[in-house]
Amino acid sequence: MTELVIIGGGPAGMSAAVAAYDSGIRDILILERDASLGGILQQCIHNGFGLHKFGEELTGPEYAWRYEVQVKKRNIPVKLNTMVLDITEDKVITATNSEDGVFQIQAKAIILAMGCRERAKGALNIAGSRPAGIYSAGTAQKFVNIKGYMPGKNVVILGSGDIGLIMARRMTLEGAKVHAVCELMPYSGGLARNIEQCLNDFDIPLKLSHTVVEIHGRERVEGVTIAQVDENRKPIPETREYIPCDTLLLSVGLIPENELSKSAGVALSGITSGAMVDQDRQTSVEGIFSCGNVLHVHDLVDFVSEEAEIAGKSAAAYIRGEGGEPVCVQLKTDGKIRYTVPQKITRAKDVTVYFRVADVYKNVKVCVMREDEIVYTKKRPKVAPGEMESIVLKKELFDGAEELNFVLEEA
Amino acid sequence: MERELTCIVCPLGCTLSVTLENGTVTRVTGNTCPKGKRYAETECINPMRTVTSTVRCTDGSMVAVKTQGTIPKEKMAECMNLINSVIAPLPIQVGDVIIGEVFGTKIVATQNRG
Amino acid sequence: MYDVAIIGAGVVGAMIARSLSRYDVTVCVVDKEHDVAMGATKANSAIVHAGFDAECGTLKALLNVRGAKMMGALCEELGVKYRNNGSMVIGFDEEDRKTLQILLERGIQNGVEDLGIVEGKELKELEPNLSDRVQCALYAPTAGIVCPYELTVAAMGNAMDNGADLRLGFSVEKIESTDEGYVLSCGDERIVSRIVINAAGLYADKIAQMVGDDTFHIHPRRGEYILLDKECGNLVSHTIFRTPSKMGKGILVTPTVDGNLLLGPTSVDMEDKEDKCTTAEGFSKIIAEACENVDGIPMGKTITSFCGLRATGSTGDFIITAPRKGFIHVAGIESPGLSASPAIAEYVCDMLKKEMTLTEKSDFCAKRAPMHAFREMSIQQKNEVIKKDPAYGKIICRCEMVTEGEILAAIRTNPKPHDLDGVKRRTRAQMGRCQGGFCSPYIVELLANEMNVPYESVTKSGGTSIINIGKTKEVLS
Repeated sequence: MTELVIIGGGPAGMSAAVAAYDSGIRDILILERDASLGGILQQCIHNGFGLHKFGEELTGPEYAWRYEVQVKKRNIPVKLNTMVLDITEDKVITATNSEDGVFQIQAKAIILAMGCRERAKGALNIAGSRPAGIYSAGTAQKFVNIKGYMPGKNVVILGSGDIGLIMARRMTLEGAKVHAVCELMPYSGGLARNIEQCLNDFDIPLKLSHTVVEIHGRERVEGVTIAQVDENRKPIPETREYIPCDTLLLSVGLIPENELSKSAGVALSGITSGAMVDQDRQTSVEGIFSCGNVLHVHDLVDFVSEEAEIAGKSAAAYIRGEGGEPVCVQLKTDGKIRYTVPQKITRAKDVTVYFRVADVYKNVKVCVMREDEIVYTKKRPKVAPGEMESIVLKKELFDGAEELNFVLEEA
Repeated sequence: MERELTCIVCPLGCTLSVTLENGTVTRVTGNTCPKGKRYAETECINPMRTVTSTVRCTDGSMVAVKTQGTIPKEKMAECMNLINSVIAPLPIQVGDVIIGEVFGTKIVATQNRG
Repeated sequence: MYDVAIIGAGVVGAMIARSLSRYDVTVCVVDKEHDVAMGATKANSAIVHAGFDAECGTLKALLNVRGAKMMGALCEELGVKYRNNGSMVIGFDEEDRKTLQILLERGIQNGVEDLGIVEGKELKELEPNLSDRVQCALYAPTAGIVCPYELTVAAMGNAMDNGADLRLGFSVEKIESTDEGYVLSCGDERIVSRIVINAAGLYADKIAQMVGDDTFHIHPRRGEYILLDKECGNLVSHTIFRTPSKMGKGILVTPTVDGNLLLGPTSVDMEDKEDKCTTAEGFSKIIAEACENVDGIPMGKTITSFCGLRATGSTGDFIITAPRKGFIHVAGIESPGLSASPAIAEYVCDMLKKEMTLTEKSDFCAKRAPMHAFREMSIQQKNEVIKKDPAYGKIICRCEMVTEGEILAAIRTNPKPHDLDGVKRRTRAQMGRCQGGFCSPYIVELLANEMNVPYESVTKSGGTSIINIGKTKEVLS
């Protein structure tokens, strides 16, 4: 029996482990599939991490290193190159690596911190051939930054997610020519600063309301046809334009990787594709917690760490059998606000609620309603799907409530 | 003269409005912090950037590096040429200096290797 | 000098090679591609048809029914996954019901067993997710599913284990007839053989013309497919066909033997024998028709789409003939070619017996170790393997849970893969929901090491399909 097993040694897993240790838990094991701690941060070599957490701008590997040092200082055991194959509802973990073979661990509590994966090309049903030269932005990032190889020379990027924007700059600095970044939506899914420093700095055009409609080339990509889309996101034939290129990168969304959560019987949200959790990040299965990008995709690693701390502390409290004053409040949303995390409140305490909106809205008021009564409001000049928002709800709000509704009011 | 900028200091990405008179910034609005004002002033006169990249190590693996401070934006390509021309001896610790002098700053490792 | 040269390493060529490798004859299979199963075999519906489609008395009917009967035992021998899931042809109205009745009678004539028409409660129980608009179905319990390239790799591999040769990248450009047999040329390379079997798929007509036979031609017919995540593989348990009409056979919905859900194919006559492009119109048709057949297909779980070209012959039936001494065509093998392939091989062997003596070898080994053996082991068995070879403890493809040991074994086993797609077809690594996003950089490394070539020369699918153009800091600096 291991008290706490953490699945994943990326930013979420490490932060959760440190928080649980600092809350007094000693019997902790981190299972990490890669050869080092840090997860995807190891290939995110650009700066921009840690402003909230450390008050300075770090690169991905540096941010990971800060946490790795903390894990090492506490001598928290880690199994690297270890893949978890299955988790049961009774918290039996089956994993494999080359040294131990296939082994099983009974855990008292589990923190799920497996991160997310990129949406692949197949999901998009782009017409044309299937040549070499089509990669998700993260795969290209692995080739360039970790393996040290260039996927191509003339690049078109579909999707303006942050990884796509970062790779536009990265490929350019390494000598490739990025011809365009096409974004299906009328707005970018990436941060404004990345459009500025990754595209504008290098005169790379961002084509909003555009998509790739056809891929050309039999063995290797020879070009793509792009087209503008109408308000229903349907390509407009007369705007078709052929761009010769040898590489198409895709940055079309991230999906929490919850196959193991499903095997453990954890209830998932259809909107976030992550677990449904309470304020402690406890899932529908008692003693199984979830945090970081496996719970919902974050914009900033700093918030991943913050969320993982909550999960780590809560798992420690769970292991010690501590509780609090129980309540049961469901957090609901109006559609303009797509989702909240947590989705429900089970203990009366102050809770930071994170949420995302469905579209770009200007001059809005975020309202929390209890039946017909507005119990909380916050004004925002602009909200966008690409940027996670948060508000703090005081514990008094949960007294006797069954449901709180999150509503976005436009001015 | 009026200029609009997107601040790149932090993930907020504030839209800044800058008034320039005779090559000097006289007014900045839209910033939410003092760093934004400083960014606008430098960006209009002498834009600076951090460069991050990789350096090949003696064993053929790659190590991530960055400019410790910022360098002039127009020097990025030259900076990359310098970065591409070196091969770093192992072992390497986070913070190790890989190139001692690059446009007023250093190239340092951001990853451990070896 | 070989006794038999087979042109084409698709399922038909591989099956014939495997059947011949039982006898004391020398066999060489040649193919213009860099791997086996690269033509029509690579992308089709992966169905073992029961055998009621083809008109009675045709080779298609005869060999389909016989092949389907042979398939289960053959797959067992070759270590290939096969599922006897049964099929249904669904009918929406009275017109369809009449057609199903004809198919039923034809099936009985063809010798298909256990055929029957089901409806109402019985139908709903057999296949609960069928659309409510479905009134009745022709139920064929003998139909099955099999992975066509897994079958081809296994058949070719077993043939090679029993002495057959495989020459890839050998595009037959000329065939000369000599006193002793035939000389096949590709550039400066020559292969001499007493007997030649033309199993060249889409190019079987070109090969026939090389020996002066202009009696048939083959044209490509495009079929596009959409593949869904394993999560959806249980939506239907049977293969669901629509009632054939003047508009063709329509879009089917089927589980695959690996647990995915497959939708397709479209059917469009083409000119270009290499054009495997998918189309927006194709996607629309597949989605629209599939959703008419079955309720609740989660299109959001699409993991890939692809296109295959069937080798459609001009005679309407399989063309298995001997136009001249020592030369056999096995051409026009469109659907139900996969189902018929074991019987085609048997049929061709019988033809050969008229030309040569086929003596059984004493050391023929019919069994091939399944590539998927490791994943089906108990934890204890797995640990014994991992102790001997730690590579089996390391997962490379996290979506399909494929270990480094399994990938290395595939790279080292005949017929050896030389590229990422070859590894994919043998191990399923890169075939899951992330489509190689995480594991392809590692598999490139394994291939480069095993083949002792630079990392950047590894390809996706041979030729110029390189994954990387060179090293950073060098290639573009």
